[in-house]
Amino acid sequence: MFKRKKHSTFETHIPLTKLFKKADGVTKASYVVMGAANIANKQYLKGFVFLLLEVTWIAWLLTAGLKAYYNMVTLGTRAQGLVYDKKIGISVLKAGDNSMLLLLWGMLAVIITILFVLLYRASLASARKIWELKQAGDPLPTLREDLGSLLDEKLHVTLMAIPMTGVLFFTILPLIYMIAIAFTSYDHNHLPPKNLFSWVGFANFSNVISGQMAHTFFPVLAWTLIWAVAATVTSFFFGVILAMMINAKGIKGKKVFRTIFILTMAIPAFISLLIMNNMFADGGLVNTMLINSGLIKTSLPFFTNPLFAKFTIIIVNLWIGIPATMLVTTGILQNQSEEQIEAAEIDGANKFQIFKSITFPQIVFVMAPSLIQQFIGNVNNFNVIYLLTGGGPTNSNYYGAGSTDLLITWLYNLTLNTADYNLASVIGILIFILSATFSLVAYKKISNSGMEA
Amino acid sequence: MHSLKGVKRRNTMILYVLLIVMAIVWVVPILWIILTSFRGEGGAFVNYFWPKTYTFHNYIQLFTNSQYPFGRWFLNTLFVSIVSGLISTALVLAMAYSLSRLKFKLKGPFLKVALVLNMFPGFMAMFAVYYILKAAGLTQSLFALILVYVSGAGLAFYIQKGFFDTIPYSLDESAMLDGATKWQIFTKITLPLSKPIIVFTALTAFTGPWMDFIFAQVIMGDNVKNYTVAIGLYSMMTKETANSLFMSFAAGAVIIAIPITILFIVLQRFYVSGVTSGSVKG
Repeated sequence: MFKRKKHSTFETHIPLTKLFKKADGVTKASYVVMGAANIANKQYLKGFVFLLLEVTWIAWLLTAGLKAYYNMVTLGTRAQGLVYDKKIGISVLKAGDNSMLLLLWGMLAVIITILFVLLYRASLASARKIWELKQAGDPLPTLREDLGSLLDEKLHVTLMAIPMTGVLFFTILPLIYMIAIAFTSYDHNHLPPKNLFSWVGFANFSNVISGQMAHTFFPVLAWTLIWAVAATVTSFFFGVILAMMINAKGIKGKKVFRTIFILTMAIPAFISLLIMNNMFADGGLVNTMLINSGLIKTSLPFFTNPLFAKFTIIIVNLWIGIPATMLVTTGILQNQSEEQIEAAEIDGANKFQIFKSITFPQIVFVMAPSLIQQFIGNVNNFNVIYLLTGGGPTNSNYYGAGSTDLLITWLYNLTLNTADYNLASVIGILIFILSATFSLVAYKKISNSGMEA
Repeated sequence: MHSLKGVKRRNTMILYVLLIVMAIVWVVPILWIILTSFRGEGGAFVNYFWPKTYTFHNYIQLFTNSQYPFGRWFLNTLFVSIVSGLISTALVLAMAYSLSRLKFKLKGPFLKVALVLNMFPGFMAMFAVYYILKAAGLTQSLFALILVYVSGAGLAFYIQKGFFDTIPYSLDESAMLDGATKWQIFTKITLPLSKPIIVFTALTAFTGPWMDFIFAQVIMGDNVKNYTVAIGLYSMMTKETANSLFMSFAAGAVIIAIPITILFIVLQRFYVSGVTSGSVKG
């Protein structure tokens, strides 16, 4: 009746160590010669692919792999320098080792080996499958069936192969490379290919946390946190108020108002922020309008006074942040149950009490995860600072950062302006630790309170 | 009774005034950039709101200035966004479907790793990505840009996964009883039910290249003819050129804001469900 065989996805298998003791010769051989069991059991294509990949890996290891590992440990020994050339009788510039590339190839070599270990496990799992099927007296799957399973019980392999390759080469490889950089001396004094850099352990971390960089790191960290909290809270709070105002009974043209605010969300951030930068500049529209109207005599230092600039950033951010909260809150308000509110009204609750005890907690509950994401997003809000103030006004007490720089823009400056890649990586790792800890704690808090509710 | 009504009417009036004032605050910058794009005189800074003369010159200049080939940038961006939009959509949907509907051993650990990977600041890896592309001899090309945008797809599946999570399993089960393979279930049952999320994914992937000015800048360097509109417009705003090119910048901003705004207004209902469905990710 059912054309399809029943497959339980998580069958219990015999552990690979036990299998080695119990199994027959070809299965045992598969522990050394990948694909042996497949070939012996007429799964030729699969077996030879395993074998070929094993041979390729060994060949790679002998010709390039071991050298890559060795170079990753030393990060190069020959610096670029002048070498006397006997033939022409003068010294010529001779290229040395490029520590940066050696590290990159080393990381790639690590990934290749990890992939090989996974492949090795897969080949053993395949040998085990053959052994188990034979023990049970079941027929072995043919090539056709094996390929067919890629569209059925192994569909996830097919679907995820390409995206995972992308993640591997453009997310994981760069990330571990940058994490490794944090433990090297790759700064403006050690720039390849001219100079070598080397492993320095945790020296960069102590430099940032307790060394010279601490004078920049802690103030920038403090402002990053103040900014992230202020930006998230103000946008949320005023966004909710705006949504309530538009949704209030008796207000006509709700759609028109909503559309006006939503329009501003659609404009790419680099455009709206550059416009704001122009409008609030010393000779910009806002200052000239205020002077023309006689309210002030000289331009307000929107971006030139450190404290003023911080307030300007938070206020301008409201222009961007409020509509987003408004849009989501409106959705929540429209799905709110009328009955609960009517019941509260009958019990004599006034509007404020209803808002405080029913509506607002509901909004917070639904929006809590997106608030966490917004907070993390604000910690990493590169655009607002970079486009609005460019980190300015300059601060002579800081290294590579201005008064309004966040950790993320400082990281950018450290790589692009001062070429201190190791410090930038340390900052990146610290940002990660900050975001990860915060969201872990916050998500836990939400799920706990969710259970009580 | 009468006074209560009076209070209500007064409150409504206050609300209207507040809303109108706020609406003006939100509209003024937009209106100003539109007006600036048609302004015939002055530079980046003028001390009045309404232009004294109106002209199309800024738009014409945008398409005729050979130093800032906006038309070419526009076509570059269109090409990159269509190609990367199509590929990203397919990959994001494949990832989201696997992680939502298919059962396999490493699913739980993978979701956790993805969460961790997403928490590293993207800029941190940007320079390493640049060197990888350089090592592969790919920098400064549109292909590299597409590659980078598409490679992000593997970790951007949360909203789509949330959507697939809501499709009832009973549909899959009955199809399975009829002998359908998982591939057939994915293509013949799940995808036809997922039109809204497909549209959402495609359009968000499409709009990405129009807004990114940092990653693209790092990859393209000084290869001006391969710029996208975002880097191009941004490059017009350097200290030396900001004053003379500000009105052309405004014109360019208006040109790219129009399609994106239309897309966004179409998409806003997906945006809401996307944000609120983020709460059920596992």
